[in-house]
Amino acid sequence: MELRGKAHKFGDDVNTDYIISGRYKFKTLDMKELARHVMEDLDPDFYSKITPGDFIVAGRNFGCGSSREQAPLAIIHAGISAVVAKSFARIFYRNCINTGLPVIECDTDQIDPGDELAIDLEKGVLHNLTKGIDLKITPLPKVMLKILSDGGLVEHFKKYGTFNFD
Amino acid sequence: MGMTITQKILAKHAGKDYVEPGELINCKVDVVLGNDVTSPVAIAEFEKLGVEKVFDRDRIMLVPDHFTPNKDIKSAEQCKIVREFARKHGITNYFEIGKMGIEHCLLPEQGLVLPGDVVIGADSHTCTYGALGAFATGVGSTDMAAAMATGEAWFKVPETIKFVYYGKLPEWVSGKDLILHTIGDIGVDGARYMAMEFTGEVIRNLSMDNRFTMANMAIEAGGKNGIIEPDEITLSYVKGRAKRDFVLYKSDEDAPYFEIREYDVSKLEPLVAFPHLPENVRPVSEATHVLIDQVVIGSCTNGRIEDLEIAARIMQGKKVHPEVRVIIIPGTQEIYLEAMKRGYIQIFIEAGAAVSTPTCGPCLGGHMGILAKGEKALATTNRNFVGRMGHPESEVYLASPAVAAASALKGRITPPWEV
Repeated sequence: MELRGKAHKFGDDVNTDYIISGRYKFKTLDMKELARHVMEDLDPDFYSKITPGDFIVAGRNFGCGSSREQAPLAIIHAGISAVVAKSFARIFYRNCINTGLPVIECDTDQIDPGDELAIDLEKGVLHNLTKGIDLKITPLPKVMLKILSDGGLVEHFKKYGTFNFD
Repeated sequence: MGMTITQKILAKHAGKDYVEPGELINCKVDVVLGNDVTSPVAIAEFEKLGVEKVFDRDRIMLVPDHFTPNKDIKSAEQCKIVREFARKHGITNYFEIGKMGIEHCLLPEQGLVLPGDVVIGADSHTCTYGALGAFATGVGSTDMAAAMATGEAWFKVPETIKFVYYGKLPEWVSGKDLILHTIGDIGVDGARYMAMEFTGEVIRNLSMDNRFTMANMAIEAGGKNGIIEPDEITLSYVKGRAKRDFVLYKSDEDAPYFEIREYDVSKLEPLVAFPHLPENVRPVSEATHVLIDQVVIGSCTNGRIEDLEIAARIMQGKKVHPEVRVIIIPGTQEIYLEAMKRGYIQIFIEAGAAVSTPTCGPCLGGHMGILAKGEKALATTNRNFVGRMGHPESEVYLASPAVAAASALKGRITPPWEV
């Protein structure tokens, strides 16, 4: 699975209230509507800047805060193909795997806003095409890779009828 | 090699003798929990799984508490989805308005989560139940859906940081201050993916209500779970409430710890977390310049009877500052009734505070006390992120019920010994 797009950069401790503000979060189950407001308090025009396939690139502890799946779902429906960060808050990380949004840990100091990136999840490498460098990414455990490539936990479950750990 | 209490509980539920940190395991869960925000998403995912029945109708807890009593048509629709699912599947522990409470106050009180349990909840503050010596952690709606179908969930066994609190706890310093001090020390991702085990003589003498407050905020340091070994205090709380058998686990002497941190609490003073992260803590005496528009006493962090008791003690016979709105929210109907019997509700109302039926309400900017642009609130809640309680340019300061009550009287952040 190779992903390709440009980087939109954010800082440390981006919490779930930033990803999708409480003002919208509970108003609707319509994810397309929620997606329009993704990261709005950090960048009011963010949604309009996204080309489908782009990446959110951030610092430490991305996704801290609440357990609501509206956060990764809003990101997915905004057209973002993966989130790349130095580290992730665990519930958010889990929710991303379960909803089919790839989450990639690497040294994001080597990525600037607008850089073109290509990510190979199986090989565990991120190419910064703009800078011409390869960044090592923390490999995903097999079970997570499997859930991701099945398109999330529900699809994984439908395929195997249970969690498939082998 | 020995195991921590967290490892032992997970090993038992994974059907293994031993599990090590970092290992991925599949676990049986004792309790699956959801609220009115997360359950509708979980129910939609559950329907997609193509499963006819839930794994056990007695082990699924559905608690509409965030936007209830329904604040608008949208939240009414959300709650309706949860209610209809509960009826269809004969969910025993669905808590309707009038019988409900804030989920993390309610389930321990009703004896539905117990020592030794594995609990997952589609709410990040599910870690609260670690105070009982259970492994409890927040998950998303899809995990909740899968667990409702299978009674199982996958976990990475966490490393544990052991926190040892010693010394004599000064007057007015509570569990809230201990956990704020800890978060201030290690930061909002200081325990990312890890178990936080709270130990030491101070914890051994701490009441259950204060223990719940500490475990509740483990997530604010990025923790997977907070946990306290069960003891006599735990047993006396659980006795008379437990609806089934339970198991007490303790960490082995030679259990592996990622790190051990020790705190002498003797010189601590009540703390206040400044906007916009719970790690921004300062002693209350350095916060007295902050003028406030609103005080909220309640939430899954500090909405229990001891929290109301200390607030009532401070507010008795006094009046709320004329420029402050004070909202007090007992965590459950049982806590509300007890507060009424003890005369606290009368004290609050006579002081000029509003008292509400149980709800998460203002804590997450839902309803019942939203802030306007530029307003400041002091709250006993758990998060002070940007826009958490309302307008993106409003501010939330976090503190204990004692500091909240004192500040309510003075109109600025105030140490409890000044009133």
